[in-house]
Amino acid sequence: MRWALSNLDLIGQLTLNHVRLAVIPIIASFVLSIPLGWLANRNAVLRAVVITGGSLLFTIPSLPLFVILPLVIPTRVLDETNLVVALCIYGVAVMARSAADALASVEGPTLDASTAIGFSPAARFFRVELPLAGPVLLAGIRVVSVSTIALVSVGVIIGSSNLGYLFQNGKQRGILAEVVVGILVSLLLALVFDLVLVGLGKLAMPWAAPTGTHRHRSAVGTGTTPVAASGGAVAGAGPVDAGPRRGDGAR
Amino acid sequence: MIEFRNVSKQFDDGTMAVQDFSFVLPSHKTTVLVGSSGCGKTTLLRMINRMVEPTSGQVLIDDEDVATQDKVALRRSIGYVLQAAGLLPHRKVLDNVATVPVLKGVPKAEARERALELLDLVGLDRSLAGRYPRQLSGGQQQRVGVARALASDPNILLMDEPFGAVDPIVRADLQVELNRLQRELGKTIIFVTHDIEEAFTLADQVVIFRRGGVIAQAGTPAEILAQPADDFVASFIGADKGRRDLFLQQREGDRGLTLVVDADGRPVGVLEPDQDPGRGAPV
Repeated sequence: MRWALSNLDLIGQLTLNHVRLAVIPIIASFVLSIPLGWLANRNAVLRAVVITGGSLLFTIPSLPLFVILPLVIPTRVLDETNLVVALCIYGVAVMARSAADALASVEGPTLDASTAIGFSPAARFFRVELPLAGPVLLAGIRVVSVSTIALVSVGVIIGSSNLGYLFQNGKQRGILAEVVVGILVSLLLALVFDLVLVGLGKLAMPWAAPTGTHRHRSAVGTGTTPVAASGGAVAGAGPVDAGPRRGDGAR
Repeated sequence: MIEFRNVSKQFDDGTMAVQDFSFVLPSHKTTVLVGSSGCGKTTLLRMINRMVEPTSGQVLIDDEDVATQDKVALRRSIGYVLQAAGLLPHRKVLDNVATVPVLKGVPKAEARERALELLDLVGLDRSLAGRYPRQLSGGQQQRVGVARALASDPNILLMDEPFGAVDPIVRADLQVELNRLQRELGKTIIFVTHDIEEAFTLADQVVIFRRGGVIAQAGTPAEILAQPADDFVASFIGADKGRRDLFLQQREGDRGLTLVVDADGRPVGVLEPDQDPGRGAPV
């Protein structure tokens, strides 16, 4: 505790830098994954490419990736851009699958009805498909957010200054308090990011919130996201609900 | 006027949904296409707004081939109501109703103003305007669906089993309501159902289908009830077992009332000679 108090400036600066390094990949993977998810739903081959490709990318260990990147993109070995690009790759690897699932989760009859009443293909995508994919997209980006914040720390090894510095420095100098502070602040940061994402989701998707008499029915949630199983931090996720299932839709 | 000219439709899997179908649907009337599932009635309906393209033949609206028209513009000019309403779950009721005018470029405020009037028209309280579809009952959703279809004041209304997912009491309400609206608006309505009672309730003209989009009989409800074309139609409308035959009966001690009874002698009602039923003029 005393260590933390006497190093508040350092912690604050590292935290800010950590935030900056994490925000870009989170936003970028969200934006980039949507066209990929769209592609994945075009046909089986594209789906295999996107999903399998994503899984493969995610298995690349982070250190070699940091080393390889400067050879692929015009950066120097210790450039911070390497870290950001690597985190984008991991983010997209996870998020592309979520985006594919999210877009696939939009119900066929709703899309059919949209076309039938006169949405053009583009209008249908942006005004119907994308908003309705929102709850599943949100679940995906929450996983990406947590994993990105964790991965930023690894960047210390290639010279980035972020909360990972506290682990490295604390370990080298044998200051346990420093390592503990690093862990706690990282956790806190992940939590704050998650709360912000959930809040943004509520603002953007008031229709998805369980309300009134339908609370019990819709609190069941869709549970269709594969990410929900893999992301421990998301276990407490609110109901990711796209409204009541219409089981009576069959004729 | 909507005309089908030698229309055929073969789906990719080889099923022949409709074969060489020709028929004219009169303007400002309700035509109900009725038949069991797989008879091609929905396929025919969806050809009108090009949700399905015929393999051969033409569909004409007021003598203009729909194939020559822009799909999106065509669909915006035709009202479409479908089962379970097909509302957008992420839009409030008011915005759902205003969807098509907004797509056509009507300013949002104006479209919403008009949407409120449409809620009145279909018998929905304005207080529902700010709700999301899932906060409404099935019957209310269906009314919103009708309001949405009417929003850009189309001449043609396509209704694809719109009341199929609501319970019988609500369905009866909606049918009465649709008849009232139609008396007011005089749209060209094409209504698809597998429920012959619904067909008789709503139709100026009923078209009964066999499999493969073949017409078994077309005519007014009275014509069909009085003279089923063949055994298939008789069985379809339930006339084969005498279910459609009603008799008048006067019993002792009934204060001179005349009972209407079915073929088994079961009373179905009391004769009221001086009153018009809900539909108004006799068919």
